[in-house]
Amino acid sequence: MSAQIRESRDKSVGKGETLLEVRNLKKYFAVTEGVVRRRAIGNVKAVDGVSFTIARGEILGLVGESGCGKTTTGRCILQLETPTSGEIVFEGVNLEKLDQKAMVAWRQKIQVIFQDPYSSLNPRMKVGEILGEPMRVHRVEPNAAKRRQRIAELLTVCGLPAKFADRYPHEMSGGQRQRVGIARALCLNPDFIICDEAVSALDVSIQAQVINLLEDLREEFNLTYLFIAHDLSVVHHLCNRVAVMYLGRMVELAESDELFDNPMHPYTQALLSAVPVPDPTVEAQRSHQVPKGEVPSPINPPSGCVFHPRCPLAVDSCRAQVPEFRELKPGHWVACPRV
Amino acid sequence: MNKILDFWRRFRQNRAAVGGAAVLLIVLLVAAFGPWLYPTDPFDMVGRPISAPFGKFPLGTDISGRDILAGLIHGARVSLLIGIVASLCATVIGVTLGALAGYYGGLIDDLLMRSTEFFLTIPSFVLAVVIVAIFSPTVVTVTTAIAVVSWPSVARLARAEFIAQRDREYVQACRAMGMADWQIVLLQILPNALPPVIVVGSLMVATAILTESGLSFLGLGDPNVVSWGYMIGVARTVLRLAWWMAAIPGVTILITVLAINLVGEGLNDALNPRLKQR
Repeated sequence: MSAQIRESRDKSVGKGETLLEVRNLKKYFAVTEGVVRRRAIGNVKAVDGVSFTIARGEILGLVGESGCGKTTTGRCILQLETPTSGEIVFEGVNLEKLDQKAMVAWRQKIQVIFQDPYSSLNPRMKVGEILGEPMRVHRVEPNAAKRRQRIAELLTVCGLPAKFADRYPHEMSGGQRQRVGIARALCLNPDFIICDEAVSALDVSIQAQVINLLEDLREEFNLTYLFIAHDLSVVHHLCNRVAVMYLGRMVELAESDELFDNPMHPYTQALLSAVPVPDPTVEAQRSHQVPKGEVPSPINPPSGCVFHPRCPLAVDSCRAQVPEFRELKPGHWVACPRV
Repeated sequence: MNKILDFWRRFRQNRAAVGGAAVLLIVLLVAAFGPWLYPTDPFDMVGRPISAPFGKFPLGTDISGRDILAGLIHGARVSLLIGIVASLCATVIGVTLGALAGYYGGLIDDLLMRSTEFFLTIPSFVLAVVIVAIFSPTVVTVTTAIAVVSWPSVARLARAEFIAQRDREYVQACRAMGMADWQIVLLQILPNALPPVIVVGSLMVATAILTESGLSFLGLGDPNVVSWGYMIGVARTVLRLAWWMAAIPGVTILITVLAINLVGEGLNDALNPRLKQR
């Protein structure tokens, strides 16, 4: 199944017009102490200088372990968090410069699909009401009959019977709810959808269905995705390009096949070696690179390259200097001076 | 409609709550229609003072020869009205402040919660006495005083509920689609945060009736209307001579408050079905 769909993936996308650009994004959360007077005693550097671009029609994967800042990056793009510094440019417009009204209008173009299909739908609203919300907020389709028709359309597109509009979320399965979440994201005809671990909470057979649905929808509506995930095989299957994050920094960015066939950063190599191979004989013979130690705390990240305490290639200069994000091959960026 | 039937089915499983609801319904009916069915003015001196029950007057007369049954029936109206209105006001104030504090957090939360705690540190009955003593005791000031001392617990509960809901993904989705804050708070979070607040609000009616009785007992009730607490207050000087005079309104308060508490418990079970299956 996976090979069949990967063949159909259009390799030419990702070189077209830039839809979204993130420049040197930083998001620090203050850690405070004291009851009467709050003193900042440190910052959690959730995202620390991340830059990337996404072309129209592309699927960019964002991978990394828990707490590496991938979800925070997505939330900053959605403007659910105010970035500490850095710029987010969408269709050539800097989001920071938008006023309140323009921001609301801009929100039509960018949507999100969440991880947990159980908490992402309001338990006290019917599916039809949930899908009608975005249209009501943005005053599209004020005609009730047309709105119902559009909701039925959306449900059908997402592979659900139109009569589900009268159901409550608790009357549906996890996969069905996630399809409702996708239908809600599609409601306003967005250009860009952030999938924040959109399939991680689903079991494997449902995952495959939802991934295929996401691919079909991308083709049908010319969508662009930022696909945040920790499941590498899913990312390899779905994405055109993949970015790897570690402790708030981006360590490697390349075309999907290039990254998986030829990982350069030691962290990426370790990450990929952790993916099991389905053949037990091959799996038994493979050498596993397990990075030594634990992920350091983002409150006090290591100096220089954040990966140096766990890196097999580290030398003294890694402790002192923050590595530059270099383009080693066309389109293959790595933040490591040792490769 | 389905929802209401479903609710009733769950509520019905708690026998005590159904009994409480029946008693409460009778008290409400008496409060609403009693004065027409038994039009004797509770302030009229209709007979000899301190006559025992089951004589010429069904429940006897008090120290001024006023009909106790008339006082009970007319007093039901005042006691329930003050209890319900004060609880409603307290719930509205509490939910509003709790929602603001819980949803926005930060400085607003600090300001609102510190002032809530300020109210919580003062013994509520003493505060109610002070408020009524400063302003002249009328039905309105008594109601206000009870509302003022009751809202902090609701505010804390509502705040906790809003904090729990605020970071749920359906709220994030609403923010991401550009929904205005007031719509998120009122239309999205509030229906999910309300069930525990309704339970606390219903139990607060019982407390409010007790507070009103306490105020009236101390002579701080509205002198122009009869309430159950006032009747106990009047009877306390002859407690050893005519115990029933205080006992009759006292038992009435006991039964009403008990009924309200049972209904509140039943609401808790019916609105939080998962909690009940412990």
